[in-house]
Amino acid sequence: MSVMNSVMGWVDDRFPASKMWKEHLSEYYAPKNFNFWYFFGSLALLVLVLQIVTGIFLTMSYKPDAAFAFSSVEYIMRDVNWGWLIRYMHSTGASAFFIVVYLHMFRGLIYGSYKQPRELLWIFGMLIYLALMAEAFFGYLLPWGQMSYWGAQVIVSLFGAIPVVGDELSLWIRGDFVISDVTLNRFFAFHVIAVPFVLVALVVAHVLALHEVGSNNPDGVEIKKNKDENGIPKDGIPFHPYYTVKDIVGVVVFLMFFSIVVFFVPEMGGYFLEHANFEPADPLKTPLHIAPVWYFTPFYAILRAIPDKFLGVVTMGAAVVILFFLPWLDRNPVKSIRYRGWQYKVMLTLFVIAFVVLGYLGMEAPSPVKTFIAQVATAIYFAFFLLMPIYTKMEKNKPVPERVTQ
Amino acid sequence: MSTEGVDRGRRRFLTTVTAGAGAVGVGFVAAPFVISMQPSARAQAAGAPVEADISKLEPGQMVTYEWRGKPVWIVRRSERNLDDLPSMDEKLRDPASEQPQQPEYAQNPQRSIKPEYLVLIGICTHLGCAPSYRPEIAPADLGSDWRGGFFCPCHGSKFDLAGRVYSGVPAPLNLEVPPHKYLSDTRILVGEDKGAA
Amino acid sequence: MKKFIYALLIAALPGLTIAAGGVQLDKAPVDLHDKASLQRGAQLFANYCLSCHSAQYMRFNRMARDLEMSDEQVRENLMFTTDKVGETMNVAMPEDQAETWFGTAPPDLSVLARARGADYLYTYFRSFYVDDSRPFGVNNAVFPDVGMPHALWELEGLKKPVLETVVHGDQETQVITGYQQVTEGSMTEAEYDRAAADLTNFMVYIAEPIRTERERLGWWVLGFLGVFFVFAYLLKKEYWRDIH
Repeated sequence: MSVMNSVMGWVDDRFPASKMWKEHLSEYYAPKNFNFWYFFGSLALLVLVLQIVTGIFLTMSYKPDAAFAFSSVEYIMRDVNWGWLIRYMHSTGASAFFIVVYLHMFRGLIYGSYKQPRELLWIFGMLIYLALMAEAFFGYLLPWGQMSYWGAQVIVSLFGAIPVVGDELSLWIRGDFVISDVTLNRFFAFHVIAVPFVLVALVVAHVLALHEVGSNNPDGVEIKKNKDENGIPKDGIPFHPYYTVKDIVGVVVFLMFFSIVVFFVPEMGGYFLEHANFEPADPLKTPLHIAPVWYFTPFYAILRAIPDKFLGVVTMGAAVVILFFLPWLDRNPVKSIRYRGWQYKVMLTLFVIAFVVLGYLGMEAPSPVKTFIAQVATAIYFAFFLLMPIYTKMEKNKPVPERVTQ
Repeated sequence: MSTEGVDRGRRRFLTTVTAGAGAVGVGFVAAPFVISMQPSARAQAAGAPVEADISKLEPGQMVTYEWRGKPVWIVRRSERNLDDLPSMDEKLRDPASEQPQQPEYAQNPQRSIKPEYLVLIGICTHLGCAPSYRPEIAPADLGSDWRGGFFCPCHGSKFDLAGRVYSGVPAPLNLEVPPHKYLSDTRILVGEDKGAA
Repeated sequence: MKKFIYALLIAALPGLTIAAGGVQLDKAPVDLHDKASLQRGAQLFANYCLSCHSAQYMRFNRMARDLEMSDEQVRENLMFTTDKVGETMNVAMPEDQAETWFGTAPPDLSVLARARGADYLYTYFRSFYVDDSRPFGVNNAVFPDVGMPHALWELEGLKKPVLETVVHGDQETQVITGYQQVTEGSMTEAEYDRAAADLTNFMVYIAEPIRTERERLGWWVLGFLGVFFVFAYLLKKEYWRDIH
């Protein structure tokens, strides 16, 4: 033990190892009333690590070449020892990442985690979400199946809707007149190097910002306002060991769901691995029905709901961008939904319903009725944000407790 | 929050057990990743045994086959070559093939199953160059003692016509004899010796 | 259990059914544990499919191992283009020749079952009918204007469709309601259905050879996680005594 201590002392004189451990784990005081919704942050971190590790190993056998990409994926699935497991972990991980992140964002919405002083924390989170979408988009081209190919074709063409520079821009992104070997090669570079770097850097910034301001909680009470004589928040408990042991339980439960998908339903009925993607990319034959992977479908539905190409793209972009402004759109000083008036509860419920409905419609082939429903849902989606400065001011709040409950 | 009345024993036990189970889990997850770097089924198939046809090989001739990406030489030695072999012994580092550079069935004076046919992996045991086949007797550059063999141009290692290394050259070991077996009098299977003598 | 999970997931998510040519697909009796069926399917596949189509990702020795056959059995009965058991199922016909015959090279069949689904294949094999307007004299109900002959016609024989006219608004369409045998094949209808099922079964297998192994492994993983959960939960409880 003393050897251990002296080694640690030697390191600490040269690198703040113990200091960082204390700051971020053993003496990071988190509110003691975290509930179910607070698992998803650490789970997102876990999935990020899983994706990076499985990704590195997939890169060892994958070939970013239009002539070999599809076969190299099948090579991984059959010939590489355990390649199937690594690939399924990566493909399931992609969807799991979005599930976890969407739930994490929803947690922010219900407990007002984006509000002062956590505006920058929220913005870092949103940037992570953007980077994640880019990562997923670039990665989806790599298996070089029909859906990979035509999905990328459609999404890159969206940039063509931008006036004046649009067509030039999409040409520049593709590096060719259609999605081709060149595009695949550069998407590979973005997917395995560029975006992961950005993603990791943003995650570090997100965690640092969190530990600077401290965690919010289901009561929306700032625990730092009530400190004991040692300067420790009265409602705070050290993250380690209390939340590490708790998160381990969350991780195990998550891994159970994850394993069920990986080992029993890796295609998830065509949602995680689309059927059409088992046909090699064919630039001359469009599949009958193109739909993006499920995590993009809400935005895809918004795009299709607008009858004008340019306005559709703008609206879709706005649907993402508007989330950045959430901290300033919400005028109610009360954070947690537990103590807010009915207006926000109603609007949030409608928003979630609209988001799910849009997600469903984005997978379906368009029809007049479905387009109309998509338009209504789009209107609700935006109303949630745009009317927010009005309805959040009208809310009659319940009294917020001084200390956290439970 | 209070840490009074904590059952430290129970706590330590549960921590150990959970950490142990976690370590086992991480080990089980890590194993597939490590194993995935082993040769794949494609590499295994490409490295499958190779059949060599020796029906057209004249005495003194050599043919080269590729097995697992390495050159495999098959030399048909003449009567004279075989007669010369024992006379080489004193110049060699391992004349009796004591180092495990050949399967058991090739640990004999000729280093082969049938005396005439020599099967070797054509990679110098020094630093992996490819020696050249020099069957001539006493050529100018190799001296009057040369009774045919292999000469590595990289660092001058010499081997006799049984692939045995000369003493006083950089190469430490005899050339390797790969596992092989005769499918018939004229066909050799290189890379597999199951059921062979 | 797996079916249950599937049902749960499918119920939770909006359905994604592949409507192929508007034909109701029959449920394929897929059973990857039925080695005898897979072996019969392999034989049919090698005899009738592999002369034009490849399965370029499937290795013969892998199949031998999974289907509990010896390398020798596979070499003698199923391998016509190569004698190396480590090879993949390549096609006997050169690609340019295939293009002159069919207009386009026949697609690789390795992962077709994952792209189209087992039910599609099972129905497809049983939906060829005589159609003199087509270059090969046959058409297919689930794949209209199919570009290949009825490779299994010796087994099934040939049948012509029983058509019924359906009025849909002001449009009249002809719908196939059944078939009538024109030429007898070497198999009865029940035998042919079983052959189609075996072939489908085999194609599901080659689309993902690891499937049975992965499911077997899944139980071990879940079992381990279950045990781990108990310890992790008790540990959490123990520490959280301090707080509650």
